[in-house]
Amino acid sequence: MPKFEETIELGNEATGAQTWQNKSLTQHMRTIGRGRLKTLHGYSWQTGALEFLGISVLILYLLPFYLMVVNSLKTRREIFDNTTGLPEVFAWENYLQAMERMGIFDAFANSMIITVGSVALIIVVSALAAWMLVRNQSKTSKVVFYIFVAAMIIPFQAVMLPLVKWMGMLKIDVFNFQMIGTHYGLMFMYLGFGTSMSIFLYHGFIKSIPIEIEEAARIDGCSKWQTFWYIIFPILKPITVTVMVLNAIWIWNDFLLPFLTVGGTINTIPLAMNNFFGAFTKQWELAMAGLILAIIPIMIFYFFMQKHIIKGITQGAVK
Amino acid sequence: MTRKLKEKLTFWAFVGPALFCLLFVVGIPFVMGIYYTFTNWNGANPAYDFVGIQNYLGLLKDSQFHYSFMITLIYTTLSVVTINVIGFALAYMVTRNLKSRNFLRTGFFMPNLIGGLILGFIWQFLFNSVFTSLGSLTGIESLGTSMLQNGNTAIIAMVIVSAWQYAGYIMVIYVAALENVPQDLIEASTIDGASKWNVFRHITLPMVSPAVTVSLFLTLANSFKMFDLNFSLASGKTTEMLALNIYKEAFVMNNMGIGQAKAVMFFIIVATISLVQVYFNKKREVEL
Repeated sequence: MPKFEETIELGNEATGAQTWQNKSLTQHMRTIGRGRLKTLHGYSWQTGALEFLGISVLILYLLPFYLMVVNSLKTRREIFDNTTGLPEVFAWENYLQAMERMGIFDAFANSMIITVGSVALIIVVSALAAWMLVRNQSKTSKVVFYIFVAAMIIPFQAVMLPLVKWMGMLKIDVFNFQMIGTHYGLMFMYLGFGTSMSIFLYHGFIKSIPIEIEEAARIDGCSKWQTFWYIIFPILKPITVTVMVLNAIWIWNDFLLPFLTVGGTINTIPLAMNNFFGAFTKQWELAMAGLILAIIPIMIFYFFMQKHIIKGITQGAVK
Repeated sequence: MTRKLKEKLTFWAFVGPALFCLLFVVGIPFVMGIYYTFTNWNGANPAYDFVGIQNYLGLLKDSQFHYSFMITLIYTTLSVVTINVIGFALAYMVTRNLKSRNFLRTGFFMPNLIGGLILGFIWQFLFNSVFTSLGSLTGIESLGTSMLQNGNTAIIAMVIVSAWQYAGYIMVIYVAALENVPQDLIEASTIDGASKWNVFRHITLPMVSPAVTVSLFLTLANSFKMFDLNFSLASGKTTEMLALNIYKEAFVMNNMGIGQAKAVMFFIIVATISLVQVYFNKKREVEL
């Protein structure tokens, strides 16, 4: 390949092929540009070694998943004889048995209802509240905001015992209404625990929205309610995704709250897994198949929402 | 209707639902809880007596509580250090000019999405079955008995599992910080002859120190409050950490008053950690 100076010389001599020369010149400049970058952070042998190291570490890191998968497909005898290798015959019936005994479809449906329902409620309720708390500058508004912030400090363990007692008291037999052992009761509790952080996240975001947009809407005749739904809520989309991701992962994986409040009546995936594992501790092949089934949904969610999840997690943590 | 009143009504219409839920789910139980700490209520019997501060005094003599507190501190220290060191190393690696960096990030983050309970079950199998059979295959004696059998090694086992779960999470935070380090600063110092170590020590590290503070507090609070993994991986008396101890006192031993007194102490510690964090964050904001 000719050097930069040579190309310029060629360009001076060959007058007839202007376009070709120009193209060639820019191409060479690009090559040179790339060469300059290479000296500072290029792909050297050190980078190659690091790449190799990275992939090796990752393989080691994900080894537990491999072990789960291969052992979920073995017979019980084979797990003891050959724990690390591939199974001789794939025992798919482990999965069928695990599905049946764990009641995976039922548990999945319950987890789904509770997660989707709670997250949707948390988003609406906290977005509404956060917007009003930012736009209303009164003293009450400030006090209410600090109540939410302060509530974030309270760990679940500090309120769990009286919560179970209190929720047990909240029931109306005539209407068959009760907070313990019902989907709506659990959703209400998630709403109580989840709004503080969500309001905090929304609050930070809404502060950066210029108030002029809302004033324009008000002049055009929008009510507060309309302004919120038509103007504000669409603008909140990025932070709504964050709020959704953070709450969804928490609620989906949560164990202790459903264990204490709906355990025995409603099976979510963690609860089903807890019962199932307790009953089959010595039957590792079934336990592994059950565990794989339990983590499949969240893995699918991860592969589709990866970017949003990582962005949401970073935002939620830094705030 | 006056304008003022209307404004007030709108305010409560928007804020009311959230505040109502918070008060019902967190506020009322929190106050009830403090009340219960002064009683000897057992959770089921409607009749109970006031015992004053006896529940709190009892904690001073409760050896299991002291033990739980101690191992919670040990576990927290070990896991905060391990998670942050591994997380930072991974983040540093995946922010180099690697072709596979996105793939690596995806992979390292993956365990974080699995809940603590399920993670505990997965690792129970690894510790009890896989590692022991590797031990008998290779003849390494230390692998022969499961780490979960003995209290001391079981805590190490929990640290390993937590590191596996949280390192990817902390990595993501450090990645965001490392990517915000201005490239021209690094280039300039390289041209001025700074060695790789010097660039790291005097440019990268100071630039990511806010992320270090965030990650330290995050792992500190998470480790201190850890329950799920403790419950599913090693729930014996020798590995019973604070959150699990509170749970057992209240729901297994049925001592609501004592359990709630422990919970209040637990709250005070966690709140202190959070307030110290807020203090550090504010201080940093002032400096900037």
